[in-house]
Amino acid sequence: MRMTRIVGAATAALLCGAVAGGLHGCATSPSDAETAARAATALKASFNARGQAGLDRLDQDETQKVCSEYANRPLPASVAEKIQQVNLATIRYPADGTLVGDWKNGEKIAQSGQGFQFSDDPKVLAGANCYACHQLTPQELSFGTIGPSLYRFGKVRGFTDETRKYAWGKVYNADAFAACSNMPRFGHSRILTEQQIRDVVALLVDPASPVNQ
Amino acid sequence: MIARLRIAAAIALGVTAVAIGGAFAQSSTVDEIAKYREALQDGNPAELWEARGEEMWTTPRGPKRVSFATCDLGLGPGVVKGAYAALPRYFADAKSVMDLETRLVWCMVNQQGISEGDATKIKFGDGSARRSDLEALAAYVTSQSRGVEMKVPVNEPHVRDMYRLGEQMFFYRGGTHDFSCATCHGEDGKRIRLQDLPNLTKTEGAQKAYTTWPAYRVSQGELRTFQWRLNDCFRQQRFPDLVFGSEASIALTTYLAGRANGAPYNGPAIKR
Repeated sequence: MRMTRIVGAATAALLCGAVAGGLHGCATSPSDAETAARAATALKASFNARGQAGLDRLDQDETQKVCSEYANRPLPASVAEKIQQVNLATIRYPADGTLVGDWKNGEKIAQSGQGFQFSDDPKVLAGANCYACHQLTPQELSFGTIGPSLYRFGKVRGFTDETRKYAWGKVYNADAFAACSNMPRFGHSRILTEQQIRDVVALLVDPASPVNQ
Repeated sequence: MIARLRIAAAIALGVTAVAIGGAFAQSSTVDEIAKYREALQDGNPAELWEARGEEMWTTPRGPKRVSFATCDLGLGPGVVKGAYAALPRYFADAKSVMDLETRLVWCMVNQQGISEGDATKIKFGDGSARRSDLEALAAYVTSQSRGVEMKVPVNEPHVRDMYRLGEQMFFYRGGTHDFSCATCHGEDGKRIRLQDLPNLTKTEGAQKAYTTWPAYRVSQGELRTFQWRLNDCFRQQRFPDLVFGSEASIALTTYLAGRANGAPYNGPAIKR
């Protein structure tokens, strides 16, 4: 057992060195990397596909993999920068250039936590559940605190093209601006449609939105 | 007991009205919820599950007509007092680390002659007619550790291995939303909507959370076990269906139970 461990650890260390230049980072000790690999394998054997949630949900992309690896220790600046670059490249802006939709619909999307759970109806459009983690409008008292308050998002930043573009990008792929963000990548991961993102952006940046009152 | 339940229901309605009304400042809503939680501690319907589980524990069951008197939860055949506070643990007869629920299933299959399919047919009740024997048995066994200090044998090599596996899984991001357990349970003082989230990476947070499961869930009218708690967390994480008694479920339970070591076990509790 002990021998196997040491050999496994050495292999992990080699792999670690070989890919150090890429996005994939390295665990502090090889035995951590070995445990991580075992954990990933055990996880895949521990779930059943159900409803719309298939086993592919357990397959990590590089961002998820690296962020898991560094979840419990400081993320080196170079790794963070690489994650942000990779994710920034995924952001697609609408072909017609319209970034801002209807804030009233955006508010409905912000309130809804429906979507992508195995118990959810896949035919119903998903919500963004913004209020689960953020304060937005002053009218809604039931808001979470995992993310920062977004009250007066547009007012504070200014109702400019730059603010609108940033809001679109942040909703589309939050990891482009803050590596290993807790926020889902709503556009990149196809959680929201293009029109839904417009409406959520409107909730944040429309001067008439209750967020900016 | 019935009178207590009615009181709990009335309080639940009152709190809902406050929350929906929204006319109150948020702090007062939070205060009301705190009061509601306090009031709930007075009468816990989990006692009904405990009583049903106790009866099951002593009754001969299955094709072999054997009771749980021969079931070893780690402290010897039939010993329940304090057993839960030292679970999960390694069981040499099963050659694996088991939590309470998987051990109960093991005893049903290997000692009572019940098929695994039958033993796990109803893992979680639905709050009414569809009742789970496992939930009742878990309620009884855990109640017999109330006040007992958590002492999961994390230095035993098999358990330590499982603990480390669980730790890795706790930080595993995946699914459509990039969520891991740590997304919601990795920082102090966070809330999802108005619901406080324990920081399970800290000893105090893990102790407070782990030692209050199983729990009677008022909103579901059901006694919920830790296997259920994990399954429903993963549902909200947008992961697939966590298999009852799977390696991931045992690893995560071992990690969280181990982190709760040193605190008195305080369940089954009552929650919103």
